[in-house]
Amino acid sequence: MSLLEVEGLCVDFGRRRVPAVRGVSFSLSEGERLGIIGESGSGKTVTALAVMGLLPETARVRGSIRWRGGELLGRAEKELATLRGNAVGMVFQEPMTALDPTMKVGRQVAEVMLLHRETAGAAARPQVIAMLGDVGLTDPERIADAYPHQLSGGQRQRVIIAMALVNGPDLVICDEPTTALDVTVQATVLELLDRVLTAERAACLFISHDLAVVSQVCSQVLVMLDGEVVEAGPTSKLFTSPTHPYTRGLVATARLDLVNPGERLPTVEDYYALGAGQ
Amino acid sequence: MKRFGLVTGICLVGLVILGAAVSLVWTPFDPIRVVPGQRLQPPGWPHLLGTDGFGIDTFSRLLVGARMCLVVGIISVSLAAVVGVPLGMLAGQAGGWVSEAVMRLADVVYAFPALLLAILLAAGFGASTVTAMVAIGVATMPAFARVARAGTLQVMASEFVVAARSSGTSPWGVAGRHVLPNIAPLIGVQASVGFAMAILAEAALSYLGLGTPRPTPTWGTMLRDAQQFLFVDPLQALWPGLAIALAVLGFNLLGDGLRDYLDPRLREVS
Amino acid sequence: MSTAGWRLARRVGIFAVSLLGASMLIFVVTAALPGDVAQVLLGMDATPEAVARLRHQLGLDRPLPVQYLSWIGGILTGNFGVSHLSGDPVLALMLPRLAVTLWLVLFGVIGSLVIALPAGLLAALKRRHWQGFLVNALAQVGMAIPVFWGGILLVLLFAVKLRWLPANGYVPLSQDLGKWASHLVLPAVTLSVVQGAVLTRYVRSAFIEVLNEDYYRTARAIGWTPTAALVRHGTRNAAISLVTVLGLQLSTVLVGAIVVEQVFTLPGLGSLLLTAVAQRDLLVVQGTVMFLVLAVLAINALVDFSYLLIDPRQRSGGEET
Repeated sequence: MSLLEVEGLCVDFGRRRVPAVRGVSFSLSEGERLGIIGESGSGKTVTALAVMGLLPETARVRGSIRWRGGELLGRAEKELATLRGNAVGMVFQEPMTALDPTMKVGRQVAEVMLLHRETAGAAARPQVIAMLGDVGLTDPERIADAYPHQLSGGQRQRVIIAMALVNGPDLVICDEPTTALDVTVQATVLELLDRVLTAERAACLFISHDLAVVSQVCSQVLVMLDGEVVEAGPTSKLFTSPTHPYTRGLVATARLDLVNPGERLPTVEDYYALGAGQ
Repeated sequence: MKRFGLVTGICLVGLVILGAAVSLVWTPFDPIRVVPGQRLQPPGWPHLLGTDGFGIDTFSRLLVGARMCLVVGIISVSLAAVVGVPLGMLAGQAGGWVSEAVMRLADVVYAFPALLLAILLAAGFGASTVTAMVAIGVATMPAFARVARAGTLQVMASEFVVAARSSGTSPWGVAGRHVLPNIAPLIGVQASVGFAMAILAEAALSYLGLGTPRPTPTWGTMLRDAQQFLFVDPLQALWPGLAIALAVLGFNLLGDGLRDYLDPRLREVS
Repeated sequence: MSTAGWRLARRVGIFAVSLLGASMLIFVVTAALPGDVAQVLLGMDATPEAVARLRHQLGLDRPLPVQYLSWIGGILTGNFGVSHLSGDPVLALMLPRLAVTLWLVLFGVIGSLVIALPAGLLAALKRRHWQGFLVNALAQVGMAIPVFWGGILLVLLFAVKLRWLPANGYVPLSQDLGKWASHLVLPAVTLSVVQGAVLTRYVRSAFIEVLNEDYYRTARAIGWTPTAALVRHGTRNAAISLVTVLGLQLSTVLVGAIVVEQVFTLPGLGSLLLTAVAQRDLLVVQGTVMFLVLAVLAINALVDFSYLLIDPRQRSGGEET
């Protein structure tokens, strides 16, 4: 049985006539990583939010989203809340604003644990510190007692990844997790995601506009254009024999990037040279 | 839903203006002359809303009261706008220490609610319609100055003003040709909301005996009188309060409606 | 100096300058412009000699700046002057009445928060549903009700009709707890309802801002329900903008208290002021108004400091990066 099955997903927002997502279907088995690629407005983020049940209330969602065989659409908010942050973790695009500015980050990570497990508050602290260490933050004790504004963008995104992974989720949804970061930091965060996802054996839904980034993390790719899936398949096949013209364009630009030395994607060697925590 | 508010506001404000206008030419009974034999009549005919403790027709007093409420509103809001708006524009255009000085002054005045000012003025000059209007006008100035400054700052940052300034338009020219026309809608919204506040303040002042003295009918003094007969004739305390509430509601809805109607961009400023 | 320290120093400076400006305004309006106090005290048919003698006695023949300095100097040392009429020190007149006004303001602020926080939260969460529209409409109506009429209506219902609570008067807390409370219920509720209506609108927009923040979405994504996410991660953030509003609203509450005192004939600072105005007892008016303005300015300054407690970004310097 698949972990997550999405079938004929359609989303439209009250006032706009054109639906944001039209008939998107895919499935994800345990530990599998699927990338959704497309430009802004293609409906990829809406798809991710629909899976989380976090669309604004003006949205109308039709189709089917099944988690371990059980339908999620129409399920009560309280039941969905027990899945979020527990079985399904989420990493957002904007690390600068995604954390509560008035709360120490250690508490924000601890909160995710305490919300879903019967852990005493004090017992959470060592686990939080360990988790912050796992996502490559040097000096996790100090980071845990810092407020978000005292951390760099890369550090904040690591904290958010820690929050998404602290309960050992079966699925992690990443919405453009590296877009807002410096190019140099992007590489290390992608490397980290790849490593922790493997360690946790978690499945991943990875949203990006950048084919090169997706290909680093995902084995399967879905290409979206104007709310519809235009191409799907293994990442390697997409690179070698893209069928849809849009995908061909995507691949060409990704290759151009590889050719151009100025915008070359960082490699593993760059990662070691930079070191972790920056 | 938004338009519903605007329309309701216009209707209520129109009703107040209509009442005031009618009272200029006609009222069912004399709104001032005491008629001892007609005290505390229940609502009915010929006294639509009954009579008060002096035997004066309540409906007639309500109509004349609308006039007072409009007069005080118009004069005090004009006073506040005429002083507050230029100061706010000055602060917005000049910036630096001028802006700082104006805004600190606004803070000091803001610490004086209309009531305290009215008390000071009444203690000095004796309570009158004029002291009430001056107190309300002065107390409302900071609000106008703030709105004008915020609007001016936004206009000054826009491209057409930058272009006008670089082509040598004088600060006066910029203020008159660009800033004022652009912040006028904001000022209009503030005037409507300020009008509602002025009505509330005027009513409170005359209720406390710090505003228009007897025998001129105002809604506030009507309530003050009615409270003496609360146990005998509670209805007399209903009408003037209802009139105040509806007038205030009208101007508030009008202001909110205008704000939403004019320009969504304006919402960020105010 | 640290950001916080700098801010503190600046705020104390603003407070001092505002106080100076306010005291001058009070002095000029009451002492410089109006008719002659001595004349008022002695009546219109007093001889000019008698008036001149009294003016000298009261120090009114000194130059205005000297009069101002002696007045403000007195206030700074806790001497608010002496009532021309009764001969009592103004401070002695104010102190016993201060408690009444303070209770009213305190319960008014607490009550308005008790009304506005849940109502504003509901209005924000359900802003596209009937509950939200209902809260908005009620707030609009509440804002339009003059505070004294609200008081009169409550008296009509609970004192005249139901006879549950006294219509007016006051019993000190030290005398009888039950009677003290029963006399304060209606005035406090009056103040709370009207103030709560105004506050609800601010609470609503502060929470709506939070709803659009990324950290609210994060809170939802880690498993909080909408209400819990808003309460847990929204309250502190909304408080940052609400504290300013609350500070500015305080002068309105104070004024409301003065009016409400009149409706329920409570012996507070408001009734002291109004009696003094009626008798043209200028020093009592000056002193009491000065005291009230001092309170408003001091609280606005304290509100500014409270940011340091609520918002960690104000406490430390900029970002480390």
